[in-house]
Amino acid sequence: MAHEREAAAAGQEAKKQKPRKNMYSVGVILSLILLSLVMAVLSPRFLTVDNLTNVASQAAVSAIISCGMFLAILTGGIDLSVGSVLALSTMLMGVVCVNHGVDPYLSMLLCLAVGGGLGLLNGLMLTKMSLPHPFISTMGMKMMARGVALVITAAAPISIFPEPVQFIGNNYLGPLPISLFLVALLYACMYLFLTRTATGRYIYAVGGNKEASRLSGIKVHRVLNLVYTLSGFTAALAGIVLVGRVNAAYPLAGQDYDSDAIAAVIIGGASFFGGVGSIGNTIIGVLIIAVLRNGLNLLNVDSNYQTFAIGAVIILAVYIDVLRQKVMQVGRR
Amino acid sequence: MAMGKNEMLLRLDRVTKRFPGVLALDSVSMEVRAGDVHGLTGENGAGKSTLIKILTGAYAPDEGEIWFNGEKLERLTPLKAMGKGIACIYQELNLIPHLTVVENIFLGRELRKSRRGDILDRAKMLEEAESLMRDLALNLDPRMKTGELGIGHQQMVEICKAVHSDAKLIIMDEPTSSLSEREANDLFRIIAQVKAKGVTVIFISHRLDEVKRICDRVTVLRDGRLVETRDIGEASVDDIIRLMVGREITNKYPKVKGGRGAEALSVEHLERRGVLHDVSFKAYAGEILGFAGLVGAGRTETARAITGADPIDGGAIKVFGQDVRIRSPRDSIDAGIAFLTEDRKGQGLILIKSVSFNSSLVRLERYSRLGFLKLKAIRQMTEKIARDLKLRAPDVETVVGQLSGGNQQKVVIAKWMLTQARIFIFDEPTRGIDVGAKVEVYNLMNELVANGAAVIIICSEMDEVMGMADRILVMHEGRITAEFGQAEATQERILYAASGLAASGEGKIA
Ligand SMILES: Nc1ncnc2c1ncn2[C@@H]1O[C@H](COP(=O)(O)OP(=O)(O)OP(=O)(O)O)[C@@H](O)[C@H]1O
Ligand SMILES: [Mg+2]
Repeated sequence: MAHEREAAAAGQEAKKQKPRKNMYSVGVILSLILLSLVMAVLSPRFLTVDNLTNVASQAAVSAIISCGMFLAILTGGIDLSVGSVLALSTMLMGVVCVNHGVDPYLSMLLCLAVGGGLGLLNGLMLTKMSLPHPFISTMGMKMMARGVALVITAAAPISIFPEPVQFIGNNYLGPLPISLFLVALLYACMYLFLTRTATGRYIYAVGGNKEASRLSGIKVHRVLNLVYTLSGFTAALAGIVLVGRVNAAYPLAGQDYDSDAIAAVIIGGASFFGGVGSIGNTIIGVLIIAVLRNGLNLLNVDSNYQTFAIGAVIILAVYIDVLRQKVMQVGRR
Repeated sequence: MAMGKNEMLLRLDRVTKRFPGVLALDSVSMEVRAGDVHGLTGENGAGKSTLIKILTGAYAPDEGEIWFNGEKLERLTPLKAMGKGIACIYQELNLIPHLTVVENIFLGRELRKSRRGDILDRAKMLEEAESLMRDLALNLDPRMKTGELGIGHQQMVEICKAVHSDAKLIIMDEPTSSLSEREANDLFRIIAQVKAKGVTVIFISHRLDEVKRICDRVTVLRDGRLVETRDIGEASVDDIIRLMVGREITNKYPKVKGGRGAEALSVEHLERRGVLHDVSFKAYAGEILGFAGLVGAGRTETARAITGADPIDGGAIKVFGQDVRIRSPRDSIDAGIAFLTEDRKGQGLILIKSVSFNSSLVRLERYSRLGFLKLKAIRQMTEKIARDLKLRAPDVETVVGQLSGGNQQKVVIAKWMLTQARIFIFDEPTRGIDVGAKVEVYNLMNELVANGAAVIIICSEMDEVMGMADRILVMHEGRITAEFGQAEATQERILYAASGLAASGEGKIA
């Protein structure tokens, strides 16, 4: 018994070697290229400009949400509420902006504040109420937020938003959707934040070992509150992009986004145990899922089969990683 | 087990193991005689743990052969090694805390009432466990949950488990590093019993007096190479040190006497219900204050209470004459108190992060400009302290979890040294560190006090407290029971106070 666990620990140790980290990046990028090639061969429409911009604008929403999800997973947690937070914050934006004629910019700020606020509540449930795992707090939030989102308009969608709200989601700069630039900016900021600031390092530290972090003087609760606030915030931001694209807020919006974001982060190689992962790989994970969904759409595959396919890809991605570790172990024999 | 005294149980033939950038074992050949207690020593990172992980199948060797009990072991896995009769007690214990002693001993090989049924025969298991423990002269209630036992007793339960699984070879990796002297003595008694049953033991330790005392032969590794195997009768402690580090260590405790400076820390009437009672003491700049006592006497708890790791129920703390309120480790660090915890894996390090990440973690914001970290400065600083501490790592970006145990401990020390605190509390700072590196750590402590810091060391090794501390406080059951100057401290007096018998007479009452 003791042996097995030690062996597992040894495997874990091996997993953390530096060359391997880069190998993983290469692996996911290759998978993305390979997948795109397959899609290009299967469907002549895949490589058209029209289609690729479509993929990009669809991936944008997912990419923004995955940013916050990545942070939550990095701390060893998870945020199951992102889809519902997106729905509730955009529905509130719709109510004040469309139904009550409040200034569109103010409404968007409100949307972001609601998203951040709901995220903060997720964090506080963890830090102040000491709920044992964010799986519980954010699942509760997921259901509560969705409930409220449905109640405020008796489940009716809100549509026809003023131009400023549509700006990010609906406009193009040349052939490129504006939302793409937002994603690039967000990921660049997040990269700098995580690798170059003290707070960013604290997020990794808390994910790696909470008690050691606390004893090193890190305010662990503050870090967790920040992370969940950011996750709620990015969900709301993604919501604004989504509303802009479809020119409507739906109370049932974003239902697939929780699991897509988790999948993207995991395919991007972040560890579920926390402390390990890179934001750069997360965007590749997002693109893999976007290409997969788009390609299956082009091939007219029923959406239920798509769901099946994404599930299979998640399992496959993690399994390949497990296999590679085994191969490396055997290679040492 | 009808094996002659000189038969070989284990033979390693030119075993080599490489890690990226490190040659952990370099063509090591050694033999272990059946029925011996065989010592294995060497500096931190010499390859001891790697060697035993190869024997237990946790790592596969790159080259070389292993012969065990006349049979060549190939493609060894942990399960296979256990099946062959190789058991290992790792430093991190592997018992399941909410199961009882009996349940742990029989884990995975429970006795059943009928051959095919799944009903456990609890009475029989209890009986067997009791008789086994009687055999090993171990006095313990087998119905206790292992989580409630002290670390020493847990270790003995592991040994019971190994003996019960009919192990022919039991390997122990630094079993005594977290034990008090008394617990260590109990362990040696059990090892003697195990040996009397014909079981062979490989014993790894940095405490060479122990090796000298209980081993029949000793093997020394250096830089992954085997230096020599000797009969213990032909190796003095000094010989072993010379083989280990390649030079003589004349002064194991390089104490530098300095002058006592200002009052650095004053603790008054510290209370923590059920744990600490009216703990009051002072520590001075320029002085090393030692805390002695048995494991569980409340020394770590005192440190945790002072530094805000645990909440307190009462008491006042002054730092250089100023009243401070410490409610979290952050407050303590801000007040200039560094606390190096004893449990490096659980509380000291983030194992999946690099040496430089860990060393710079405390007060990281000091290494930033305009909100951005000065990565180069962090790296240079880490490289400097790594050199000072003679850290053995390919570079400072190496993940800490890949370092040897002693080198991990050095990273914890580096981390707190870099905080530039004025008061340092070191809880078991030299745990798992080799003799040579210990001297380096003591020198660093000397340097700290010479520069006007106050140093408090908590250690269970009596020689260490007596060798390095200017003043020694002894604790027993959450109270300070005695205070000695370095000159008046003797092992007997400290032990006497540590067992709570010093309420009158011996020593000054603090
Ligand atoms: N999983 C690993 N990956 C990379 N390097 C490793 C790994 N395990 C050990 N090493 C390296 O191999 C060398 C030998 O380490 P080992 O743990 O065997 O030393 P040790 O003799 O047990 O030291 P200590 O007394 O400090 O416990 C060290 O340089 C260590 O950094
Ligand atoms: Mg070791």
